Amino acid sequence: MPKDFLKDVRDRYDVIVIGSGLGGMTAANVLGRAGYSVLLLEQHYKLGGLATWFKRPGGHIFDISLHGFPVGMVKSCRRYWNREIADRIVQLKNIRFDNPMFSLTTTYDREDFTRLLVQQFGIDPATVRAFFDTARGMNFYDDQQMTVGQLFQRFFPGRDDVIRLLMEPIVYANGSTLEDPAITYGIVFSNFMSKGVYIFEGGTDRLVQLMHDQLRGNGVDVRIRCDVEKILAAGGRVRGVVVNGRTIHASAVVSNANLRSTIFRMVGEQNFDPDFVNQARAVRLNTSSTQVYMALKPGEHVDESTGDLLFSSTARQFRTDLLLSRDITSRTFSFYYPRMRPHARPRYAIVSSTNARYEDWADMPDEEYEASKRDLIETTLDALEQYVPNCRDRIAHVEAATPRTFQHYTQHLAGASFGTKFEGLAVSRALPEQIGGLYHAGSVGIIMSGWLGAINYGVIVANDIDSLLLSQSSGAAPRAVEVS
Amino acid sequence: MTPAEIRGQVLDILENIAPDEDLDSLQDDVSFREQLEMDSMDFLDIVMELRKRHRIQIPEEDYGQLASMASTVEYLTPLMKDI
Repeated sequence: MPKDFLKDVRDRYDVIVIGSGLGGMTAANVLGRAGYSVLLLEQHYKLGGLATWFKRPGGHIFDISLHGFPVGMVKSCRRYWNREIADRIVQLKNIRFDNPMFSLTTTYDREDFTRLLVQQFGIDPATVRAFFDTARGMNFYDDQQMTVGQLFQRFFPGRDDVIRLLMEPIVYANGSTLEDPAITYGIVFSNFMSKGVYIFEGGTDRLVQLMHDQLRGNGVDVRIRCDVEKILAAGGRVRGVVVNGRTIHASAVVSNANLRSTIFRMVGEQNFDPDFVNQARAVRLNTSSTQVYMALKPGEHVDESTGDLLFSSTARQFRTDLLLSRDITSRTFSFYYPRMRPHARPRYAIVSSTNARYEDWADMPDEEYEASKRDLIETTLDALEQYVPNCRDRIAHVEAATPRTFQHYTQHLAGASFGTKFEGLAVSRALPEQIGGLYHAGSVGIIMSGWLGAINYGVIVANDIDSLLLSQSSGAAPRAVEVS
Repeated sequence: MTPAEIRGQVLDILENIAPDEDLDSLQDDVSFREQLEMDSMDFLDIVMELRKRHRIQIPEEDYGQLASMASTVEYLTPLMKDI
């Protein structure tokens, strides 16, 4: 008999969370800690969503999306998770750029950017200050007419090199482009990225394990291999979900799945206002990615001066279409030194990431697909050669992921690895106005994406649900649990 | 609660949210943001703590009332007078 992954699951919970990405796990944790009964359902056999990893023989571990996040993660992890997690966050100090326009290493904070822009790029310090202040002063409710490209032209007209320095990392962080609203850049760059780039020491596997431990400690019922088929709604309210053929009821449901999958696949458009359906249909998905994972043979090493994050490109210009092209000219290399996993065998891993379009890979015949993956690996090794000489001889394991791989594991439409474009945020937030008790906490609107954005969005939604359930209960209060 | 007691409650919440800040020199009429390193998540935490501790519901459109200590106490006084 097949294993029952829903064994002993109750018929009713206060809250059901669909998907264990960082947003879903955080919402579940905050609500579980507040005393609500919470069921967390994950379709995959591992928790974490795109915050994931895989292991290969020989002690090699590859992180998929642990490349660097803003300092704000320390505060959010301490507050919404625990100190043990927060205390393992460390700064990456060698952020390196190498392209036909410039080659440099930076600590990636406002001070160092100012130094570089003034000394190396010859920009007036007053202009640099004005740019940072403008970016910092942006709010998500501000005017959305100005694009990122226009913002840069206002401060650094004709300076494609400056734009590249300031923009390229953000493109890799959240899939945004020069054509997106300027506020998406302003908020991400200034609030978050201007104080350096940080990483979780111990790796994604350790982080997710610590989160899982705390979820259990807070009484959250965590289930893997539970694929939600349907979100049940009736009379304008959410009623529960159908999962692995079973109906489970809840007062509130949070979907941490892709926004459009939530609306069109799980709920069904007949349950929404036609205007809302049109808005949801117009939400553009962000792009997907390709990655190449490389592990060095035991005993081989890479010098730390090679960098922690290396934004490498052979493209003479910085353009969105060049970044997405199958003819790859730009790659971000993440170097993982043995200090990344102090508890594990000393291993070096390198992950090359490139933004990519799902449609370029989706309908390839199998043979062409395999050949394209091989080509992706070979061209990546060619590109790595100048940073890690003789890399082909020194690498023990190499493999590639494509937009199809991302689609397969996350079930995100079109393998989207950065959620949706900006308009997705409004649709995501409006979900409970359509169906009472139904919320979405996934990567949307660029602002709410990346590891920190996902965690914080989980908290925002947990706050909404706590407020809803409190106003409904008007009597029995959830037991108070200390926040800090 | 009296306005002075409410101020004490808010201060206690702030001490949890911003443990590294010196709150003794906090000026009530100046916005929190100008004096403390606070972002929108910090304000959300104030809202969540007030709900947890005192069951006070603050709608999103009123978050702006929490800009400074003075405006926060003024806003909370009618809501907390019977607590």
